[in-house]
Amino acid sequence: MSNDTSYNAVMGRKSEILKQATNIDFSQFEMEGIAFDYEKMMASIGYTFDQIKEIQQRQGVGDTPILELRNLTALARKCAKPGYGARIFIKDEGANPTGSFKDRRAVTSVYHAKRLGYKGVVAATSGNYGAAVASQAAALGLGCIIVQECYDSKQVGQPEILEKTRKCEALGAEVIQMTVGPELFYKFLLVLEETGYFSASLYSPYGIAGVETLGVELADQIRSITAKEGKQRDPDAVIVTHAGGGNVTGTTRGLRRRNCNSQVVAVSVNLKGLHMASDEHFNRKSFTTGHTGFGFPFATWPDRSDMPRSAARPLRYMDKYVLVNQGEVFYITELLANLEGLERGPAGNTSLSAAFALAQEMPQDNIIVVQETEYTGAGKHIQPQLSFARKNGLNITFGEPDTEVAGQSIVLPKHPTMIKAREVDLGKMRNSLIRNHLEHGNTTKDRLSKIELDFLAEETNV
Amino acid sequence: MIKKGTWVIIQKTILAPDQRPDNIPEDTKQTPLVMWVKGFLQEDTALGQPATIKTKMNRTETGTLQEANPPTLVDYGEYVPEITQIGTQAREILFSDI
Repeated sequence: MSNDTSYNAVMGRKSEILKQATNIDFSQFEMEGIAFDYEKMMASIGYTFDQIKEIQQRQGVGDTPILELRNLTALARKCAKPGYGARIFIKDEGANPTGSFKDRRAVTSVYHAKRLGYKGVVAATSGNYGAAVASQAAALGLGCIIVQECYDSKQVGQPEILEKTRKCEALGAEVIQMTVGPELFYKFLLVLEETGYFSASLYSPYGIAGVETLGVELADQIRSITAKEGKQRDPDAVIVTHAGGGNVTGTTRGLRRRNCNSQVVAVSVNLKGLHMASDEHFNRKSFTTGHTGFGFPFATWPDRSDMPRSAARPLRYMDKYVLVNQGEVFYITELLANLEGLERGPAGNTSLSAAFALAQEMPQDNIIVVQETEYTGAGKHIQPQLSFARKNGLNITFGEPDTEVAGQSIVLPKHPTMIKAREVDLGKMRNSLIRNHLEHGNTTKDRLSKIELDFLAEETNV
Repeated sequence: MIKKGTWVIIQKTILAPDQRPDNIPEDTKQTPLVMWVKGFLQEDTALGQPATIKTKMNRTETGTLQEANPPTLVDYGEYVPEITQIGTQAREILFSDI
């Protein structure tokens, strides 16, 4: 370990620290210029799909129920034109050990860390992933440190993030809480170097491979349900909340393992106008994940993550990308509780909000699947999150959701017909991804080679 | 004076404003990057004084002693009346004509 712990020195050692902390030599996947062999990287984890499934089952992860939301479907049909309103199903990922699909992502990473002889794991996350890593580390007897972006400069934190602090600590982890800023990564690297722990990154191939089981289960469950009804069919659309891209990537890869060609719709909460690294904006948003502040940059430049090459590459997998507003997601969260008897966390219902709108554009015999729920509780619930927003001066009203201005207001739909899914231009996202590869990637040539062009075609799914 | 061995939280500046990179928003750049971490106090220390702790993972961290036995402050906040209206209206729409 080097003695120079200054910011520039540690950031300069990034590659070497990450190599030590992941045991992955990413240079082996590089091909030519901007191109790298993504599938080779995914295959390099050394576990088959069946082995991953077995590791998950041993920890009680996955095999979550799929539930038909009959009352929400009936309400959508009341809002739709005659004959429209697809059946809405939801995969109850809240039934995982720590209450979210993130257990799937943590389990393989932590198992692998243990097998390689690491004494502990570190993850940088303020979300559900921290609890998932802490839980698996506890079960396998490993140390665990979670580095959270937690507070603004006045030491005021989002109730949802403070709940994650509590949960990680309850599961035996050490939590390092930081103020706003991307330099959290500097502390993360320092901790990796100091402890020699494994980096259980959200964006590692282990993490993404763990989500593939979700897509596989979902396809199998819908096929089984419809077969019992008399005619087996696949979901017509699978709706996925999108932030860093791992959920979209892993779920779609799982669907493809079952040759299930459902349309994959990514959804983010629209936080237009709020800067994710701004101290002043930090507590003016009511969603800490599943929003455009992650969704846009990670779709258009996946390699911004804490891995040299991210295994989460959402533009390869999404067929459509839609936005919903904060007020709509809070509203649908309350409907899920009141009409279906399912009290689940707000952020996980981002995709449900879009599904409610999209179902109305699909015939009644179609099937739309919302692929996750998450747990709820003190701090992480519509009540404390709206209460916190109001305390921070946000105007909470009923009205037309399109009038919501992120950071200033939260508009709850005056009527369920007002819930919308607003489509994002994927062409623009693809252009932006290509631009980022050319700007940040390792190319100095005037013309791209065939290998690089093929790589960009895969990256943009065209 | 907080006794040695007490579970405490300390605060530490990781980067002063002038040490922060230029590619972050101006408002953030005017503030330091601060860390809080909990652990067992290694020596009797007064609040607000430099302190050394051993964290849950047995790491040593130093900083300013902020609080002893830091509580978990997670709750359901204050009542938000709008929430109650949402389900009531939806039930009316859904079940009114049955």
